[in-house]
Amino acid sequence: MRLRTDGGGRVDRSRSLRFRFDGREYQGIAGDTLASALLANGVHLMGRSFKYHRPRGVLAAGAEEPNALVTVIRDDARSTPNLRATQVELYDGLVAESQNRWPSLERDLQRLNDVLSAFFPAGFYYKTFMWPRRAWKALYEPFIRRAAGLGRAPTRPDPDRYAQTYAHCEVLVVGAGPAGLAAARAAAATGARVILCDEQNEFGGSLLADRAARIDGMSAAAWAEAVVGELAANPAVTLLPRTTAFGYFPHNFLGLAQRLTDHLPSPVPGAARERLWQVRARAVVLATGAIERPLVFPGNDRPGILLAGAAQTYLNRYGVRVGERVVVVTATDAAYQAALDLKERGVDVAVIADVRARAEGPLVAAARAAGLSVLPSATVVGTDGDLRVSAITLGTVAADGSVRVGERIACDTVLMSGGFTPSVHLFSQSRGKLAWNDALRAFIPERSAESERSAGACRGVFDLAAALADGASAGQAAAAESGAAVAPSTRASLVEAASRSDEAVLGALPHPPGPVHKAFVDFQHDVTTRDLALAAREGFQSIEHVKRFTTTGMATDQGKTSNLNALAIVAGELGKSIPEVGLTTFRMPYTPTTFGSFAGLSRGALFDPVRTTPMHAWAEAHGAVFENVGLWKRARYYPRGGEDMHAAVARECRAVREGCGLFDASTLGKIEVVGADAAQFLERLYVNAWSGLAPGRARYGILCRDDGFIYDDGVIARLAKDRFHVTTTTGGAPRVLAMMEDYRQTEWPELEVWLTSTTEQWAVIAVQGPNARRVLEPLVEGVDLSPAALPHMGVATGRILNVPMRLFRVSFTGELGFEVNVPAGHGAAVWEAIYAAGQTHGITPYGTETMHVLRAEKGYIIVGQDTDGTVTPDDAGLSWAIGKSKPDFLGKRSLARASMRAPERKQLVGLRTRDPRLLLEEGAQIAERPGQTPPMQLLGHVTSSYASSVLGHSIALGLVAAGRARTGQTLYVPMPGGDVEVTVVSPVFYDPEGKRLNG
Amino acid sequence: MADADRPWLVPLPPAARFVLQGGAAARAAAAVVWGVDLSDQPCRAIVHEGRATLWLGPDEHLLIDRGGDDEALARALEQTLSAVPHSLVDVGHRQLGFEVRGPRSALILAGGCPLDLHPTRFPVGMCTRTVFAKAEIVLWRTADDVFHVEVWRSFAGYLTELMSEIDSLLPRMAD
Amino acid sequence: MLLIPCPHCGPRPELEFSYGGEAHIARPRQPAELDDAAWANFLYTRRNTKGAHAERWRHARGCGRFFNVLRDTTSDKILTSYPVGAPRPDPRAADSAAPESAR
Ligand SMILES: [Zn+2]
Repeated sequence: MRLRTDGGGRVDRSRSLRFRFDGREYQGIAGDTLASALLANGVHLMGRSFKYHRPRGVLAAGAEEPNALVTVIRDDARSTPNLRATQVELYDGLVAESQNRWPSLERDLQRLNDVLSAFFPAGFYYKTFMWPRRAWKALYEPFIRRAAGLGRAPTRPDPDRYAQTYAHCEVLVVGAGPAGLAAARAAAATGARVILCDEQNEFGGSLLADRAARIDGMSAAAWAEAVVGELAANPAVTLLPRTTAFGYFPHNFLGLAQRLTDHLPSPVPGAARERLWQVRARAVVLATGAIERPLVFPGNDRPGILLAGAAQTYLNRYGVRVGERVVVVTATDAAYQAALDLKERGVDVAVIADVRARAEGPLVAAARAAGLSVLPSATVVGTDGDLRVSAITLGTVAADGSVRVGERIACDTVLMSGGFTPSVHLFSQSRGKLAWNDALRAFIPERSAESERSAGACRGVFDLAAALADGASAGQAAAAESGAAVAPSTRASLVEAASRSDEAVLGALPHPPGPVHKAFVDFQHDVTTRDLALAAREGFQSIEHVKRFTTTGMATDQGKTSNLNALAIVAGELGKSIPEVGLTTFRMPYTPTTFGSFAGLSRGALFDPVRTTPMHAWAEAHGAVFENVGLWKRARYYPRGGEDMHAAVARECRAVREGCGLFDASTLGKIEVVGADAAQFLERLYVNAWSGLAPGRARYGILCRDDGFIYDDGVIARLAKDRFHVTTTTGGAPRVLAMMEDYRQTEWPELEVWLTSTTEQWAVIAVQGPNARRVLEPLVEGVDLSPAALPHMGVATGRILNVPMRLFRVSFTGELGFEVNVPAGHGAAVWEAIYAAGQTHGITPYGTETMHVLRAEKGYIIVGQDTDGTVTPDDAGLSWAIGKSKPDFLGKRSLARASMRAPERKQLVGLRTRDPRLLLEEGAQIAERPGQTPPMQLLGHVTSSYASSVLGHSIALGLVAAGRARTGQTLYVPMPGGDVEVTVVSPVFYDPEGKRLNG
Repeated sequence: MADADRPWLVPLPPAARFVLQGGAAARAAAAVVWGVDLSDQPCRAIVHEGRATLWLGPDEHLLIDRGGDDEALARALEQTLSAVPHSLVDVGHRQLGFEVRGPRSALILAGGCPLDLHPTRFPVGMCTRTVFAKAEIVLWRTADDVFHVEVWRSFAGYLTELMSEIDSLLPRMAD
Repeated sequence: MLLIPCPHCGPRPELEFSYGGEAHIARPRQPAELDDAAWANFLYTRRNTKGAHAERWRHARGCGRFFNVLRDTTSDKILTSYPVGAPRPDPRAADSAAPESAR
């Protein structure tokens, strides 16, 4: 290939790789990126712009690339959009496609947008799609959806696996260019744990493309290799190539995304594709380098126009000449080195157009000595070419600022260099303060917010020798700050490199009078100088607003190459200085990061813990259908012989009411409250009175917050004078314990009381129904189950099957009932024994759905279903539970407020439909009058609704304004099919006298 | 057998476990019955002949006896402790114990636990309640490359499956 | 993720903690003596501090203890931590750079 150099660089010419781009087959070599391989094949056109669909070539050689966005496709489920071709490592068989074009990159029909660009000025999103309103769904939304967004997400689930790990170190060094390598070496010399990461496949950064400099007598690349070898031999050093530090979070916590297999032709199946490193570093060294800026001139976006440093990287690192006849337009000395390197490799460098008035210095002299023609005070008037630049028209700027149009020079490549923008993204994310440096024309770090220091080009230290020294001292200082032993300072590296000035320009180049066409500032979002001027004219003063209005600096590249030019132009339009206008906020991620990396292993079965009870396997074996309750799996019903849920629940309900049911209540929260002041503690928390509760007795308790609204409920048993067994709702267990701990530790530390969660200590087996006593009696030891010895709400300890047991005589069904608590490890065996013993008594396992019907028939509430955080005990019909003589409890003062006792408050009532088979929908609204249309006044809503097979009709609970006073009234539930008539009734539908509790 | 093939996640047999809360007097009294001191120093476990005490909080210790008779131990403890303010609660069935063993143990744990497990920061004898992904655990380093993990029983499946996944995604030592 | 200094366990990752809101809002000993406005103020009124904010944290998945910290809400820098019940330290003593809210 004529564009590939004969030798040199970091590529292996003996290993050729086949790849496809947009359906065409090409050849590259090992070590190539997709971009370098395409360039070696003479392909510059790699993408279309977002708005105008203008043909675009590769601009850069790294993460800042705005144009060459590609989708890499391994198979149906593995297509990754928006990858920068400059960062895609080539492998044999790689398939990539360009984006933002249809039907092909060469002939894109949406190119029409470009022709019509006068109609797509900045802010067109906001102006065009405002009205008429009804056009939104039919017209605008489909258009925007098609046009918006970059790339296309795969439709199949991601089959790859993503690892995550926490990591800790004394010194984290981000970036392995000259400063980063020097920093890591200096830090590692102290014995500190060091993590060094770099987004590229190979450490070395700019050193890998620097053919001129020599460090310690070696080539720059050889020096980098030597340092990396030294670091790799140190067990305290972790080297992370292909790893992007994408986010800098408080307290030196950084997110690093490591790509493990994307560069491999055939990754090992099941191996992690990426690993997310969540690093806590005692000290951080940012050595993130600098990004070269494009120049802003008309037609600066044609394929073949790219950054000078990128051309140098392609040449020296990848052995690729970016073109055959090159024009260099520069504001920096650095581009001269690129020109010299290209000339040495046989590229025709037509002219170096220097936009500075005085082009001088060692590199300029070297260029002149090499026979290169240098044109000072230059500017660019325009360019030609469609899919590739074919010519450039230069101009010269006179002392008075006027532009004289100069010659039109044929070329296939234009290199540009406007200056270098320090990469302060991570520094800024860490909330460090930036300061404008007028000499460098750049924002550089001024004050760190964290234990952090920037080193090298990312803080404006561009000179190689200075960057190496800066890195070494930063690494040493970071290690010292992290507490590592101080090592003798390492010898400074001996650097031989041409010195260069730090000059740079910002904003648009001078141009002749008249409109300027297509001078792009933001390539990815097609923002031109005119768009920015328009934003200023329309009154946008804040750079943040200009960003939203023009979309400059948005999308995947976040304006890495464009922000500073945009800022300078806006500042010029507003007549302000650049620091006055200020920067937009830098946000994570530095480059796009995959969802897979964030999700890690939290997918599918491991997304959340799946909590199961000790009797889960039995329930599974007996065909239970499960439901999720928080993280728990609970048996919902046990269908038999093809029953649906309705039939199974009806059967289970009858079994409990007529014989005996068996229910797994293990998920109920349990808290052991122990200490001399345990009763006093509960007095202050719960609305009920506890001091008078005798050991061996239990009581239904209601817990409010201090706002007076019900927070949780449950049965609380007093086991001894100083020991209570508190139960909570399944979902409420953690928050109730946390709330109790809060009061115990912070409000009432004087109380002698301690709390222990025992939720999982006990398996809870509810035996409910008229036959419950007969089932249990033969199994228990040491407990008299007779009504006199163990009445309703009685508690006893004893044994069952020779296992210790806490036996509660409680009922959440309205029937005679017991809850057998046994140590969880014995739960399954005891359950099976009770089930076996109950066979002659018709024992039937039932699930949560049946439990809900049974409790609703009795009007027992479920906190969180019949209450919603605005329901007082009285609203729920539970004022009987309140200890009236208590001086205080949580919520008492709030409940004393007049509005909390207002008769028109919503109260829990029963609801019966006129049609007994009709089931109300939970959540349905309730109205006073029929036939209303919205907006209408509503009285409340249905909270619980079930078909009661035992009663032979549907039942419902609801919260209704002044509900209890409406008993007997007819109300209306407006539904899509018309109003449903309901009658307000008592919430206790079944056995209102409560006789059945006694069997 | 190569290290990578040796079992690294080992369920521990049932044990008697108690949470003891209370002040210095309760600790002193319990130490007499238990035969092991209860650390005043935060995050330290003390172990002697199969019995361990783990500092969990300034007035909270976890007592573990491998293979102990929980009912007998509870009676003995309560008898001695009755004179001093305290709370003793049997949690022997609340949680399960595992050991994560081997040269990769700290790496596997780092896949879900945000603590720095370097031996200088989390030395042998250190114990603490912490998190492993979405589960709460008690983590106790019993040897250079052995960690004892206690977890509530319903989280055990999640914990062990997640650890196995993490292990399977780690690069092999031989690589 | 913050690194929060637990007074018992030392610096620990935020994942182990639960946030407890503004510190130094003690529950009135005799709520019945407060009028509705004062009670509502206790329940609901909280500062929205820019600068050093006294707040409660609990090392919930650690030693379980509540404690207070002064955190600069503009930087997330934790200036100091101190026990429940102790008076609020002077933030200027902890960090003179942290601005105080106007309240
Ligand atoms: Zn702690």
